Amino acid sequence: MREVAVVAFAQTRHSAVDEGSSEPEMILGPLEEVRRATGLRRFGFTCSGSCDYLAGAPFSFVSALDALGAWPPISESHVEMDAAWALYEAWARLQHGDVDSALVYGFGKSSQGDLREIMTLQLDPYYLAPLGLDQVSLAALQASAVAADRAELDEIVRRSRAAGRANPHALDLPDPEGEEFEVAPLRPYDIAPITDGAAAVVLAAGDLARELCERPAWIKGVAHRIEPHYPGMRDLARSASAAAAARAAGAGKGQPDVAELHAQFSHEEVVLRRALDIPGATSVNPSGGPLAANPVMATGLIRIGEAARHVMEGRAGRAVAHAAGGPCLQHNLVAVLEGGR
Amino acid sequence: MNRCAVIGVGQTRYTTRRRDVSLAGLVREAALRALEDAGLTWKDIDAVVIGKAPDLFEGVMMPEAYLADALGAAGKPMMRVHTAGSVGGSTALAGASLVQGGVHGRVLTVAFEKQSESNATWALSTHLPFSASLVVGAGGYFAPHIREYIRRSGAPDHVGTLVAVKDRRNALRNPYAHLRIPGIDRAMVEATPMLWEPIRYLETCPSSDGACAMVLAAEDRLTGSVPAWVLGAAMRSEPIFRAGRDTVNPRGGRDCAADVYRQAGITDPRREIDVAEVYVPFSWYEPMWLENLGFAPEGEGWKLTESGATALDGDIPWNASGGVLSSNPIGASGMIRFAEAALQVRGMAGEHQVDGARRALGHAYGGGAQFFAMWMVGSDRP
Repeated sequence: MREVAVVAFAQTRHSAVDEGSSEPEMILGPLEEVRRATGLRRFGFTCSGSCDYLAGAPFSFVSALDALGAWPPISESHVEMDAAWALYEAWARLQHGDVDSALVYGFGKSSQGDLREIMTLQLDPYYLAPLGLDQVSLAALQASAVAADRAELDEIVRRSRAAGRANPHALDLPDPEGEEFEVAPLRPYDIAPITDGAAAVVLAAGDLARELCERPAWIKGVAHRIEPHYPGMRDLARSASAAAAARAAGAGKGQPDVAELHAQFSHEEVVLRRALDIPGATSVNPSGGPLAANPVMATGLIRIGEAARHVMEGRAGRAVAHAAGGPCLQHNLVAVLEGGR
Repeated sequence: MNRCAVIGVGQTRYTTRRRDVSLAGLVREAALRALEDAGLTWKDIDAVVIGKAPDLFEGVMMPEAYLADALGAAGKPMMRVHTAGSVGGSTALAGASLVQGGVHGRVLTVAFEKQSESNATWALSTHLPFSASLVVGAGGYFAPHIREYIRRSGAPDHVGTLVAVKDRRNALRNPYAHLRIPGIDRAMVEATPMLWEPIRYLETCPSSDGACAMVLAAEDRLTGSVPAWVLGAAMRSEPIFRAGRDTVNPRGGRDCAADVYRQAGITDPRREIDVAEVYVPFSWYEPMWLENLGFAPEGEGWKLTESGATALDGDIPWNASGGVLSSNPIGASGMIRFAEAALQVRGMAGEHQVDGARRALGHAYGGGAQFFAMWMVGSDRP
């Protein structure tokens, strides 16, 4: 495959409450930041990820083009998925060889609605959605199947929130405490917070990447896999699709210094660590991860951006990033990033 | 860039209500037909790319999660594209991109809409806080653009009627078409109510249920089926609220066509292209797009329509399948254009086949005439 690297990454200072900015206003900051970092104003390809149901209106991505100032008209596409998949589409487009740069962005304002209920509308409309299973209840089913030790889950949340407090873009959340359950066995703090935010990444190929960035984060492998929708068709205690994506991306070829995992519930980190075979020495979610900031539709892209940032800043030689979609980690993407010229 | 070819096409019959199938049943029907055409089974597919217009049309958010099982995607990569009305075309291009980029050898690409599950005009008319909603649906939005076209070009009133009659007559030759109106003529169209001046009831597209699928393959993964080679592919987008943009003859459409023609080596589209499947949801968009896509000089597209050049027996047939005016499962409509273009150059378009078609254009547009997706397919390996 053609050499493609992340050469710039920017994100908003994510917010737990609606701060009054529209989606196009939210993405303006990250867009300007990656343009400044690379010096590029035009890109060979542009791709974004967002979800109409978060805004409660069709075409949430249309007005983003106004923020982009897409003039003259640009070569552009959009996925109704986490923007990590927009990055995947852009990476595939860069493989053609006729363009060398791509802009990827994602945004979400989950403060606008009831995310737990909205996610129910993603379920099979005939057999699952009518049961009224909300996102947290489904996750609790998976948490029960995983049967992780409570102390292990508490430690994941404690570590994530502490890292989030040290990350200016993540939320300031206190150390976990309390004995009550949201939906057993999940406690309120096991659940990623409602977050508004956006992120942007610039990809570049070959020599352009070397020109734009001192230390590009080369995408050594990126792959994704989906698995059956129905929770009853899967062994929820493990993630076969995350493991398959990791294999396809070559995640096992070396030990990562950093892993950024799209775990929206503490037990998902347990599942993903096993599926991706993350060694104990690897630093997991040093950004705080989704448990410290979860701007839906950008969260997966931010995992790739954060992992890449460690490589670009010389703090990691090899990093693994993961993004997820669908109920109970139905769909998983794994990217492997490495430094070097 | 790796070569890519269409080796299988599958369509459902387009109709107002498919009460007999679920969403999963609908997409699976099209996908199975595409696999059968290609001589393949589910296990031969490396990845699935699915597209549809806003999820509010069916009330299922990101339905690809649920449709993964029906499309044999479990254990494989699956992607979901959404670029407004152009999405059927963009979905095909995203699938083709995976082949052209050497990521996969065979990709199943599917687009659908089951409009009977909700009301499209309602779904298109909700709005974000602090922005005005016109509550007019697509027809109300595009009618002023059409009036401006008529003003600029001086086109006579009956040109829209001619397109409506021509496309519906073509639809009578297409077994999948939704609107099949025996004996349709100008008097019948002109007798229908005016919906959005100057668009009459029979000059607008229907609301349809339906799905379309294609199997796309790399050169080394062809089967015994006749391939339609991708000769050029491009997308363009422009901002909806940019003050200076021309919504009648959008630059995005012109640039997109120019990019495709350059890749395919086309310098005179009218002469070098044998048949075009172009997204014409309201009759007047045929003359407008004839100009936008370079088939006629600006202001003269209507003359081409009036002369009969775009009819099935004309020198540049447009929408031999009956087009969007005859079948409109919105999210699939763009892919149907792309697929019908492929069927023409494969010589498999049946009663609406254009004799000897070797190069065909597939076109889709969406949003406020701001998203464009196009490809050129040909019978000869590039």
